[in-house]
Amino acid sequence: MLQEISFEVADGEFCVLLGPSGCGKSTLLRLVAGLEEAASGSILIGGGRVDHLPPRERDVAFVFQNYALYPHMSVFENLAFSLRLRGLPREEIGSRVSEAARLLEIENLLSRKPQELSGGQRQRVAVGRAIVRRPKIFLFDEPLSNLDASLRAAMRVELARLHDKLGATILYVTHDQAEAMTLADKIVVLKQGEIQQIGSPSAIYHEPVNTFVATFVGSPKMNLIEGRVDDKGTILHSGGLSVDLSKVLSGRRSEYAGKSMTVGVRPEDLHPGGPGGAWVAGEVEIVEDLGSDRFVHLRCGNLELIARMPAGVPLKRGQTLNLAAEGNRLQLFYQGRRITGK
Amino acid sequence: MKRLFFSLGVILIGTFSLLPFLWFVLTSWKDPTEITAIPPQIIPSFHWGFYRSALDKYGLLGYIRNSAVVAGAATLISIAIGSLAAYALSRFHFSWSRLYLMLLLCVSMFPQIAIAGPVWRILNHLGWLNTYHGIVAAYISLSLPLAIWILTTFFKELPYEIEEAALVDGCTPLQALWKVVFPLAAPGIFTASILVFIHAWNEFFFALLILTYPGLQTLPVGIALFPGEYTMPWGEIAAASTIATLPLIFLTLVFQRRIVRGLSAGAVKG
Repeated sequence: MLQEISFEVADGEFCVLLGPSGCGKSTLLRLVAGLEEAASGSILIGGGRVDHLPPRERDVAFVFQNYALYPHMSVFENLAFSLRLRGLPREEIGSRVSEAARLLEIENLLSRKPQELSGGQRQRVAVGRAIVRRPKIFLFDEPLSNLDASLRAAMRVELARLHDKLGATILYVTHDQAEAMTLADKIVVLKQGEIQQIGSPSAIYHEPVNTFVATFVGSPKMNLIEGRVDDKGTILHSGGLSVDLSKVLSGRRSEYAGKSMTVGVRPEDLHPGGPGGAWVAGEVEIVEDLGSDRFVHLRCGNLELIARMPAGVPLKRGQTLNLAAEGNRLQLFYQGRRITGK
Repeated sequence: MKRLFFSLGVILIGTFSLLPFLWFVLTSWKDPTEITAIPPQIIPSFHWGFYRSALDKYGLLGYIRNSAVVAGAATLISIAIGSLAAYALSRFHFSWSRLYLMLLLCVSMFPQIAIAGPVWRILNHLGWLNTYHGIVAAYISLSLPLAIWILTTFFKELPYEIEEAALVDGCTPLQALWKVVFPLAAPGIFTASILVFIHAWNEFFFALLILTYPGLQTLPVGIALFPGEYTMPWGEIAAASTIATLPLIFLTLVFQRRIVRGLSAGAVKG
């Protein structure tokens, strides 16, 4: 169930609704499309209220997760269907369909039926069906989730190019934070029907408002260290680990002295530290070598940390590794919510 | 060895099932002496006289016409009503839809003889005895549960997103039904139509009860009334039965895959 949702999508903006499964992002999209009915509130498109209108009168185009192409119609007929319903002249229908087909490079597929197409081709036809409508807003419901990884990456780029070319207003739903980060002008992060944060990809990544956003966005996720701040408000103790908060909590030491707090640090902000500069020493459990990146999983007492390591650092299982992080790269969370130390 | 036993089993069961049909087809091609020959003659002399006689003397064409009108009308109306009912049951999530389908199934299992009396009284009261619409109404009540069951299963298989896509593309709900749903459900509609038609074409009991006027009687009743007080025209009965069976054989052979698919729809997730 959605709770007190309120946000705006500017003209020409690519807005992504991001969240785990069941958070309400698809429901929200369907409400905008008119496929679900809201119990209260209002939806405005182009300044006009639309929540009382059926889907066909809202001037929106919807791209479904499983494409929802009409199996009994050819690709051309799929693209032309909505235009024929609106009574457009044949020449204009032909022209719009050709234009969309050229844009999406599906001109040679127009006579085929959806069953004869690959997943990527079907996805393009579904997008084409939306483009020919020239709607006020495009609604995408996880359109890439049924594609394999390499095709998904390629289609992400295609969608970004399409957005640039058309200048369209897009509301896009995904649970894939990489998709959100690469495509969005603005991200709305949802959890259990509530908006957690609205901001640019950079703001969401570097200034998450709470621990949920901090760990949901970013892969691997942010390391969270729960502990207690000492009486001076300078060190956070967590098991055998001591984290220096003097730089990041400089102006509010007395406020948080003696309190429980969570320190967040991204894997890329942990780097090998010398014996004097390191604030954590852990045993290497697993090394994930992805070719372009290496991620090491460390155990530090009860704590598990993930760090991104440069190529030159020798790593093997069981090895003890000293890690450090710059004080200003730490994120502080009090009772789950991000605080600034100044 | 297992394969051999299996093949033998199939041949035996096939022969057992087809034997009555084969016998009356062969009988229809025999001449009068061959029919009553002792020992029985299996291979006929391909005499076509009984077919001529059945058509000319026994008014077979009239019975065929009546069967075609009655079965055709019952099928069209049952499918029209049944498809709308099935769509509603599959799309609108009523809390009682499962119970309703179970009740339909129970009702369709009533022995015809148990409801014959009330059906006759209703039709008599309406003045619909010995009319096409009377017998068609009775057939609709018998075949509608079957049609709704088959079609509900078919409609449930259709992804709802396709209808939603049609609504967003500019269709009203009725347009979405007509332009998108029904074309996709065509295999199911087709299958249900064939099964309802076969049922109506073969039906004997209600036709005998409701259509007593010879000019309106259907094929099963007409053939059953071929025997006279002192005569048993086996040749004509065999010829008429062969003709009566031909449309059903044609329909079943040509559309057998769709019939199986229609009956097993929804059984396995695919």
